[in-house]
Amino acid sequence: MTMTEPHIDAPNEPTTPLYRLADVSKTYTQKKRVVKPLVGVDLEIARGDFVTIQGPTGGGKSTLLQLLGALDRPTSGRLTLGDTDLAAASNAALGSARAREIGFVFQGFNLIPTLTASENVDMGLEPLGLADAERRARVAEALAHVGLADRADHRPGELSGGQQQRVAIARAIAKRPRVLLADEPTGNLDESMRDEILDLLQALNDGGLTLIVVTHDSAVARRASRRLRLEKGTIRDITR
Amino acid sequence: MYFTYLRRELSGRTKQTVIVAAGLAIAIALVIIVNALTAGVRDAQTQALESVYGVGTDLTVAGAQQEPGEGDGARFEFGEGGGATADDGTTTLAQSQLRTEMGRSTLDATTVDTISGIDGVSSASGALSLTNSTFSGELPEIPAEGATGEAPADGAPQGGGGFGGGSFDVDSFTVLGVDPAAQSVGPLSSVTVSEGRALETDDAGQNVAVVDATYSTTNDLTVGGTVDVGGAAMEIVGIVTSSTSSTDTASNVYIPLDVAQSLADVGDVVSTVYVQAATADGIAAVQEEIETALPDTTVSSQSDLASTVSGSLSSATSLVTNLGTWLSILVLAVAVVLAVLFTISGVSRRTREFGTLKAIGWSNGRVIRQVAGESMVQGLFGGAIGLAIGLGGILAINVIAPTISSAPTTTSEAGRDGGPGGGGPGFASVAQTVSDITLTAPLTPWVLVAAVGLAVSAGLVAGAFGGWRAARLSPAEALRSVA
Repeated sequence: MTMTEPHIDAPNEPTTPLYRLADVSKTYTQKKRVVKPLVGVDLEIARGDFVTIQGPTGGGKSTLLQLLGALDRPTSGRLTLGDTDLAAASNAALGSARAREIGFVFQGFNLIPTLTASENVDMGLEPLGLADAERRARVAEALAHVGLADRADHRPGELSGGQQQRVAIARAIAKRPRVLLADEPTGNLDESMRDEILDLLQALNDGGLTLIVVTHDSAVARRASRRLRLEKGTIRDITR
Repeated sequence: MYFTYLRRELSGRTKQTVIVAAGLAIAIALVIIVNALTAGVRDAQTQALESVYGVGTDLTVAGAQQEPGEGDGARFEFGEGGGATADDGTTTLAQSQLRTEMGRSTLDATTVDTISGIDGVSSASGALSLTNSTFSGELPEIPAEGATGEAPADGAPQGGGGFGGGSFDVDSFTVLGVDPAAQSVGPLSSVTVSEGRALETDDAGQNVAVVDATYSTTNDLTVGGTVDVGGAAMEIVGIVTSSTSSTDTASNVYIPLDVAQSLADVGDVVSTVYVQAATADGIAAVQEEIETALPDTTVSSQSDLASTVSGSLSSATSLVTNLGTWLSILVLAVAVVLAVLFTISGVSRRTREFGTLKAIGWSNGRVIRQVAGESMVQGLFGGAIGLAIGLGGILAINVIAPTISSAPTTTSEAGRDGGPGGGGPGFASVAQTVSDITLTAPLTPWVLVAAVGLAVSAGLVAGAFGGWRAARLSPAEALRSVA
């Protein structure tokens, strides 16, 4: 398997959705105020899809992304990633799902400033317990895939915003996940850098990797095969 | 990757790492130095006791303390013909006295046999502590009533005092009567012969003496010469020095016990019995046995004796054990609290980092190990610096080798009753038995173990708090809070 080959599902799996959400709600208390970012969300996301989620600030986009990323559990409803019920999974099972099946890309890149590009990518492989040689090979392959093979020893401070986001993408794909979740991946980038990152994400999706991107940027949404809008905790498909 | 991340994080936060390590280093250095000084003071205390009571003495038995005014006060008395009067009317006086220790009764010599017969006693030896005082001077002819006194040509009186042109001097030194046949325990067990020979069994009944080296130098006494003790000329057969680091031995002059008893005219008595127990474990039992058998005596163990050491050694002990210990504890506590606060603060600042790590699959345990590892390395770093500073401090103390004085309190008590007003000999004995001891700070393996142990402990405590804080971070909340 190479970096352009994402996680390969069993032959009968393509017929089943990657994610299935049934009547998912999320409630939490913030400053003594009850917040309901998601209310009865029903959704299925197919393997290999490129899905964007749009909507106003505070509409529940990030919360939905956190549930899809196994960072949090829904207050009610059913949420499955493949065969894993993320709503009922233990912390260890959620951690394992994040380590093996889900790649994250953040708006602020979230790289560790003291580590080099290759070391940052390596951090994503840490939980997998791979042999050193395998890790080194995957790191080199991921950096080459995002076009930063020659910047492996540079620290984030020595890289441009676009390059930092490429490192973050390399960190996410080095583990060969089933899905890549991106929260405003172009939010901190200028137009040319944005297009570079979008081309890269598009290429990954073309290689079979499922992409779910939260964005305000219509340029990103235009590239998606499926567009969702989340408003006041409810979701609707706005793909035309 | 673990160590790469750890190294990069610590070097990336140099300021915090240096502050935490420096705090721990100072605390650990203080603990090391205070511990070494405590051991040094303890050694000095032991040496001070050994120089007085002898090496290997486990217990001492002395007579009961006398009430002030009780006993025979010392006094020089000159009757008619007590001095020689010259043609010019000046009367020359000279008198030498040998007296037992003031303020404490003596013990019958059979006490030594009684103690030797007690189960658990390995050996016992009696000694008679005496003070030799010599009064010498000249008194002018007492002028007739109404005559005016004339000041002497050379002005001020000499020595201890004078009046109306007379002058007199009081010289005093300590004498210890010891059993020449029993020197394995007692004051002579802590002396080394530097010249001549020690007292021997055949010396019993002989007018022979062994003299302390410092005293012999001060008074120009040499082997083959004589020293006047209680009016008798004693042949000096040897010069002795302390076998410990003390500069002086227990007494100025050592003579056979029977000779001392005879010269002092005190009968068959001793002042102190030095006792060596057969085993270290049996000391307490032996002490109890002696106290039961001899209820009118004062039985002291080494720990009892240690409390009698006074002088600047006592001050040093007090300073090290009280101020030093508390200062060490305080600084150590502050350093640990500082390390904990910095670690917790560091975790708070790295919320996004740890949230991200958890989001990409790092387990709580892995994050905690990282935080704890960083704290541990900071602690070890501080421990290493503290060890270096501590060893430097110990080295400095040993190079400077400060001298501190010590004196068993019992000697001071003896002097209490015999001040100049009393005309007795006691006032001089204090100065003679005060000894100077070189304070050292011994380096022991314990110092290394303590440094490493404290460093690891401080790192563990800080790491535990930091790890606990990091473990409580929910990845979703962590990322939401920094979004």
